[in-house]
Amino acid sequence: MLKEIVRGLSTTFRQIFEKPVTIQYPEVKRPVRPRFKGRHILKRYDNGLEKCIGCSLCAAACPADAIFVEAAENTDELRYSPGERYASTYEINLLRCIFCGYCEDACPTEAIILGDNYELSFTDRRSAIYTKEMLIEPVKPGGKPTPQKVEPGKFTRSIPDMQDPQD
Amino acid sequence: MAQLISLMIDDKPVKVPEGTLIVNAAKKVGIDIPVFCYHPKMEPVGMCRMCLVEIGRPQIDRETRKPVLDEQGNPVIQFGPKLETACTTPVSEGMVVMGMSDKVKKGRQDILEFLLTSHPLDCPICDKGGECPLQNLTMEHGPGVSRFLYDEKMHLAKHYPLGDLILLDRERCIQCGRCVRFQDEIVGEPVIGFEQRGRSLQIETFSDPGFDSYYSGNTTDICPVGALTTTDFRFGARPWELKPVASVCSQCPVGCNITYNIRREARAGGRYVIKRVLPRQHEEVNEIWICDKARFAGYQYAESPERLTRPMLRRNGELVESSWDEALQVVAERFKAATGGLVTYAGGRLSNEDLFNLKQLTEGLKGQAILKSSIGGGVLVAQMGVAKGTDLGKLGAGDAILVIASDLQEEAPIWWLRVKQAADRGATLIVVNPRQTRLDRFATHTLRYDYGSETATVLAMINALESKKTRLPDWLAKYRPNRFQTAAAKAFAGAKNGIILFGQEGMDLPRSQELALACANLLFLTDHLGSPNNGLIGVWESANTQGAWDMGFRPSTELKEMFSSARAVYVVAADPAGDDPSLADALEQSEFVVVQELFLTSTARLADVVLPVTAQPEREGTYTTGERRVQRFFPAIPAPGGVIPDYEIAARIGERSGLKMENRAASLVFAQLAARVSDYEGLSYRSLAETHEQWPIIGRDDLYYGGTAYENTQGLGVQLMPSSQKRKIFQVNWQEPPVRVSGKGLLGVPITRLYDRGATVTPSRSLASRVPGPFILVNETTAQKLDMHNDAPVQLMLAGSAYSAMLRVDTAVPESVVLVPRSLGIPLSELQPVDIRVAETTPA
Repeated sequence: MLKEIVRGLSTTFRQIFEKPVTIQYPEVKRPVRPRFKGRHILKRYDNGLEKCIGCSLCAAACPADAIFVEAAENTDELRYSPGERYASTYEINLLRCIFCGYCEDACPTEAIILGDNYELSFTDRRSAIYTKEMLIEPVKPGGKPTPQKVEPGKFTRSIPDMQDPQD
Repeated sequence: MAQLISLMIDDKPVKVPEGTLIVNAAKKVGIDIPVFCYHPKMEPVGMCRMCLVEIGRPQIDRETRKPVLDEQGNPVIQFGPKLETACTTPVSEGMVVMGMSDKVKKGRQDILEFLLTSHPLDCPICDKGGECPLQNLTMEHGPGVSRFLYDEKMHLAKHYPLGDLILLDRERCIQCGRCVRFQDEIVGEPVIGFEQRGRSLQIETFSDPGFDSYYSGNTTDICPVGALTTTDFRFGARPWELKPVASVCSQCPVGCNITYNIRREARAGGRYVIKRVLPRQHEEVNEIWICDKARFAGYQYAESPERLTRPMLRRNGELVESSWDEALQVVAERFKAATGGLVTYAGGRLSNEDLFNLKQLTEGLKGQAILKSSIGGGVLVAQMGVAKGTDLGKLGAGDAILVIASDLQEEAPIWWLRVKQAADRGATLIVVNPRQTRLDRFATHTLRYDYGSETATVLAMINALESKKTRLPDWLAKYRPNRFQTAAAKAFAGAKNGIILFGQEGMDLPRSQELALACANLLFLTDHLGSPNNGLIGVWESANTQGAWDMGFRPSTELKEMFSSARAVYVVAADPAGDDPSLADALEQSEFVVVQELFLTSTARLADVVLPVTAQPEREGTYTTGERRVQRFFPAIPAPGGVIPDYEIAARIGERSGLKMENRAASLVFAQLAARVSDYEGLSYRSLAETHEQWPIIGRDDLYYGGTAYENTQGLGVQLMPSSQKRKIFQVNWQEPPVRVSGKGLLGVPITRLYDRGATVTPSRSLASRVPGPFILVNETTAQKLDMHNDAPVQLMLAGSAYSAMLRVDTAVPESVVLVPRSLGIPLSELQPVDIRVAETTPA
């Protein structure tokens, strides 16, 4: 019997000297896993143009009907995205979203990804609706903000040659 | 009845009339054979090869000419070595069609692989994506992978405007030729066509302005890919996000069945808005076509920010907003005080329910119910109109259609299309008009007359008839027919069925009443009354002018006197002050003016009370078409806060004036209407919503077959019986047209143009570039005499006032005649002498 007590306590004493597993959130944050699905981010190309073409396939794929898209037409003077069409309105109701990631799968231009941000809290229903301005990522260094004035005939296609999809 | 042929399609026995194509025979038993270039409304061409099937025919013994039988006694079926097109092959006795064999499946795969060699992969941004036959058929029959190199896809123009309304994406076109054939075969205006050959083949427009046709929108419906799209719906929404709402077009008396596609929009603050208009099938009215006015102008006015939303009262000379209670109380008190001096002036844009309630109110207050219409004869149409069961699509060889005093394509485009197609099928088409119109090309007989002598022409035709059923008045003898009139009259009299359409060309009220009477008499004398496909049709100005006649509204020639002496004028859905400045003066003289309108029109500006109303897409109601078919429309979008429908306003005024009226729902008003108006007896909203299956079957999953037009599931309406059909009693009246002396000089003639500046057309964004400013038409000789050239700014002198306009030279105009389109800013409402002067300033 003494043997059992010693064995049990040895586990206890071993744990005392081990590094604690608790993290001091929110001061300390644990990095998320590679396939973690947090709040959506709308991506841009390196030159600053938006990847989203406003096709609304994410909204069609969404099982929770959380996404609302309205499209409009690009011109070379006011260009948001390559090709003819861009999203003039893009809203996600994050109270409805179930973070399934179907929108990512549906996107033909890999414009929407579920990012790392899981810190979503709202004080009212309306603030749970994220607009395009809130979702779109900042312009990378070297890129220009949208809408851009571009040389005519340069960005005529919406869907670039796709690489193999990655995580 | 054609002989019935029995055959087997995919092991299903089928019996169809001789001459039926295999693809249609299969459709009748629910088997889908995929097609791209074939369309049930057009001749087959067999261009796309998508419909390839295996066809076997019974082997025939050459000696006995009888089918060879096998041991079991079944006929031996011989299959051809190659696949055959189901869209060009008619059925034959004993045929066996295999549409699902491996060979056929392989064939379809290969055809799709070829079609996709150069089709772009931009379905996500394509307006057709989601309702695209190529997309659907590729999913169903496609190979999945292509052996062709992606990099070798052709790169062509993606945004090529064929016209102001239609955009072409050259990459997406699969060269099925449906659009080209539609314009050529169905419309007869080949303004688009193929250019180049082989791999370089592409669609091009040959007209100026581009794609100059009133039917251009229909090509986008039947395009099996997203090559042709409309400008108004450009990236508007994805098809699966749209909700369909059935409606009836409110732009002309044809009453085309349409579907509004609605969706919530962030730009509209989350409200439902109409995103586009598509046809709804009604084979007896508009088949599966609508004109561009219906498609592009039919709804945009409802979204206009100019809409009135609050009642307004005049206080100290200014119109100020007020509450409904206050406004209605003022109106009711003044109307009651007017005792007998009330004039209700209503437009044909109103629904039957509105007009019924307005008539009840006016009758209750012993006023006069006046219809806004510059053409008459509505009572005659109710008596001698086309009988129940009439379908212009059934007219063909042996039948006759007489179109008089009408530029039908401008006045009622879909009737033009149906009349033209009847002529194509062999019907005798008699076009009687003072100038050449687009219908002349298809006419068997073309008669010309001088403006003002249209009735004389019909009377001369009556005189030319051989058998005379009744004694004709003696004065008729002076209208001697010439040989063209005689030939036309005999052709009309000899026809199995005969329909007369009388229109608005150069018409005013007295003239058109005389003309309608003469036409009715011609129909009576030629026995073209009281049975289906026979009778009189009025080509009215508005969608529900016929309904207004039926409700008891009558036009008047003494508007000025009426308005100026009235104690209260109630103007509903009309703008007399805007139409004619002299009426504005008359209205100012009247004691009290109430205007019930969508917009702050010229008349509304001088009114004492302005009442805002709901627009047609925001409410329920019924219209009666020129063929006297009562059709329902449904509410599509919410009305802006603060407006109520016309029938409700009328009822509330009535209640405050001590009358008992229905204001709760349109259906209840219609129930009262059906009980009181004898021709509408027995009708209800339920009976108007009944449907039956129509051929061709369209609007289901097989969008490749008929296009994106909607199936009619919300009601085909009911055609009314004219009294000539009900009782078979005809009363013939004769009235000698008075002799009118026209002065020398130029004669101004009012005509109708489809794209005008009507209250519901002007707010349309899509048509803005197509709606012209004020213009007048003369021929070269007249222009030379005036020493003026085409596109010269001029001033038209009319009854002492000058109006700026552009002068256009048109060879079809008779000499010394000035054609003045209605509703474009020049208030010419009857034949009138005019003068043209050089403009001092260029019109804006």
